[in-house]
Amino acid sequence: MQMKKESQYYRRHWLKQVQGLGLLAMGFCMNPLNVFAKKEDADEAIQKITGGAAVKEGKVTLTIPPLVENGNLVVLKVSVDSPMTANDYVKTIHVIAEGNPLPNIFTVYLTPRSGTANITTRVRLADSQTVWAIAQMSNGSFWKGSADTLVTLSACTEMV
Amino acid sequence: MSKTSRTSITMPTTAKKDSIIEIRAIAQHDMESGFRYTESGKLIPRDIIRTFTCTYNNIEVFKADFYSGIGANPLIIFTTVAVESGILEFKWIGDDGYEAVNQARITVS
Repeated sequence: MQMKKESQYYRRHWLKQVQGLGLLAMGFCMNPLNVFAKKEDADEAIQKITGGAAVKEGKVTLTIPPLVENGNLVVLKVSVDSPMTANDYVKTIHVIAEGNPLPNIFTVYLTPRSGTANITTRVRLADSQTVWAIAQMSNGSFWKGSADTLVTLSACTEMV
Repeated sequence: MSKTSRTSITMPTTAKKDSIIEIRAIAQHDMESGFRYTESGKLIPRDIIRTFTCTYNNIEVFKADFYSGIGANPLIIFTTVAVESGILEFKWIGDDGYEAVNQARITVS
């Protein structure tokens, strides 16, 4: 009887400890998550760009590695299918990351003198997420493309 | 108090008329995102390059807005049509009075 009581006590104690650890872990996980932008923030950023106009899928190709080891420096390539003539060219390209604290990554302004609509740069990704590219053509229409990626080591959470 | 840093441009020095040339522009900059904390819990203020422009014989041919999502030492690769011989000027403008200018000459035949 005595033995049983003791073991029960230990079990309860152990369970309590585990519960405490769990809560602690949850606190660690939840806090930084709140900092990151949610899908709605990205939608809002997109809404701001388009001003409510319809965004058609296609024409835009976004290339990022499907698996990223370090989110601090990710090579991102965006290209838009366009003849780039004086009458038909890509005016702007916006890149939006829905999992970053600030969804906007960059915006480029092109002219017919750009020749092609191919841009390569290096970006930061805070989390595994979908990255969007939205292009506005000279006739005012919007096109979008996206790419998914898995990020092992996230950017912007490390201490200095 | 203005700041500046090293920049580098990689592009062809000669080109055929109306051909498309690729330009790689890189600037030395930390691009401090403004989302990081020091060990004592103090937020490190944002310090990034905000805009990059490229002018071809004083006509703007390319412009980019950068946000904190751009990695340190921002590299941007873009294209332009070689229309005439002349000078391409590249300009980076950022927080805290940061400004860097670089030039490259091109001969178009």
